[in-house]
Amino acid sequence: MPSLKDLKMRIESVKSTRKITKAMQMVAAAKLRRAQESAEAARPYTERFNAVMGRLAASVGKSEGAPKLLSGTGSDQTYLLVVMTSERGLCGGFNSNIAKLARQDANALLAEGKTVKIITVGKKGRDALRRELGSHFVQHVDLSDVKYVGYGNAQGVAASILERFDAGEFDVAKIYFAQFQNVVSQIPTAQQIIPADFEAPAEAGAEDGAFYDYEPDEQAILADLLPRGVATAIFAALLENAASEQGARMSAMDNATRNAGEMIDNLTIQYNRSRQAVITNELIEIISGAEAL
Amino acid sequence: MADTVQFDLVSPERLMASVQAREIQIPGAEGNLTAMADHSPLITTLRPGILKVSGPEGDLEFAVTGGFAEINASGVSVLAEQAIPRGEMTQDTFKALVDVATDKLAKAQETFVNEPGPVDDAAKLLADMVAMGDEIGLTAH
Repeated sequence: MPSLKDLKMRIESVKSTRKITKAMQMVAAAKLRRAQESAEAARPYTERFNAVMGRLAASVGKSEGAPKLLSGTGSDQTYLLVVMTSERGLCGGFNSNIAKLARQDANALLAEGKTVKIITVGKKGRDALRRELGSHFVQHVDLSDVKYVGYGNAQGVAASILERFDAGEFDVAKIYFAQFQNVVSQIPTAQQIIPADFEAPAEAGAEDGAFYDYEPDEQAILADLLPRGVATAIFAALLENAASEQGARMSAMDNATRNAGEMIDNLTIQYNRSRQAVITNELIEIISGAEAL
Repeated sequence: MADTVQFDLVSPERLMASVQAREIQIPGAEGNLTAMADHSPLITTLRPGILKVSGPEGDLEFAVTGGFAEINASGVSVLAEQAIPRGEMTQDTFKALVDVATDKLAKAQETFVNEPGPVDDAAKLLADMVAMGDEIGLTAH
């Protein structure tokens, strides 16, 4: 049975924990709004980009001269997995869900006898995968100094991926991130970026697409735009991730705050009971002392 | 016939402008072109240069570094990798852009010793960048 003083101290400590989690929740909520806004703001670019790419890719198709970024290297022996997670913890299952998906895929590929290389973006994913797949790491991108991800960050990641592709280091690249659904649900997602897979435009778009003039020709435009497509996909993923991270943290901290509240209630009841027990005890002692006289 | 056309300038980070425009001068990869209402559908890549938009709501100018433009019946969309309003284009910003292009050229020269293609591309990028600076009165040095 803990003493009254112990209980009091525990209540105080849980109270200060609750204050911290509450503050973290509010910070996450504010950051989430910002992250959502920038994800929203980036959407027009991605949408239009993919629409044009889809049209171009459909017209150039998988023909002989199609760029390798679109048609692939002709083999799928080596996979590059780009695992994007956050730099900080305390955000519920966010990081472990992404890491879990990546680990499953990596193990499945390894079982098929493929070669797997991993680039980690964000410290937490690196930590989560190091024990099992550490020997496959080829690069780590540190974004801990970056407060809000910009297109420049995505370009940096994309540049190093493209460099490796040009050097023939891998055949297929996939990115792993969490798609932001809402505050309580973020869906870990795998997306293949090389060879690029653009959805063909909707029928209506295809109709007027047939009359487009291209300057320079389609091939040259594709060659120019495909590397940008990699950066765009990574940027979109980073933004989704940023929103997901804050959303996950917000709900995790909300839970923690509620748990702390419950714990305080229980401890307070326990404290009051023990105090009452002490008082009763003292009374009995006084009464029995008086009776003995 | 409508004499204005919907113009959107989109950078990866946000929608920079969305206005009605009478004419849009685009720095296309193969030369400047001006789009007006009822232009035939066209997709072109961009070179570094100045994008000029004039319309009923006034004139806008942006420095763009690359990307592409899509012209169709519903309007003109320019997807620029980087777009900086003319007013915010200072000597420092411009210098940073030129430095990036210079680095790229140096790197291309290093990597592709006997392949003129990528080196020429990088050299052209730098030249376009410098030309853009001349146009708005900034020097590369």
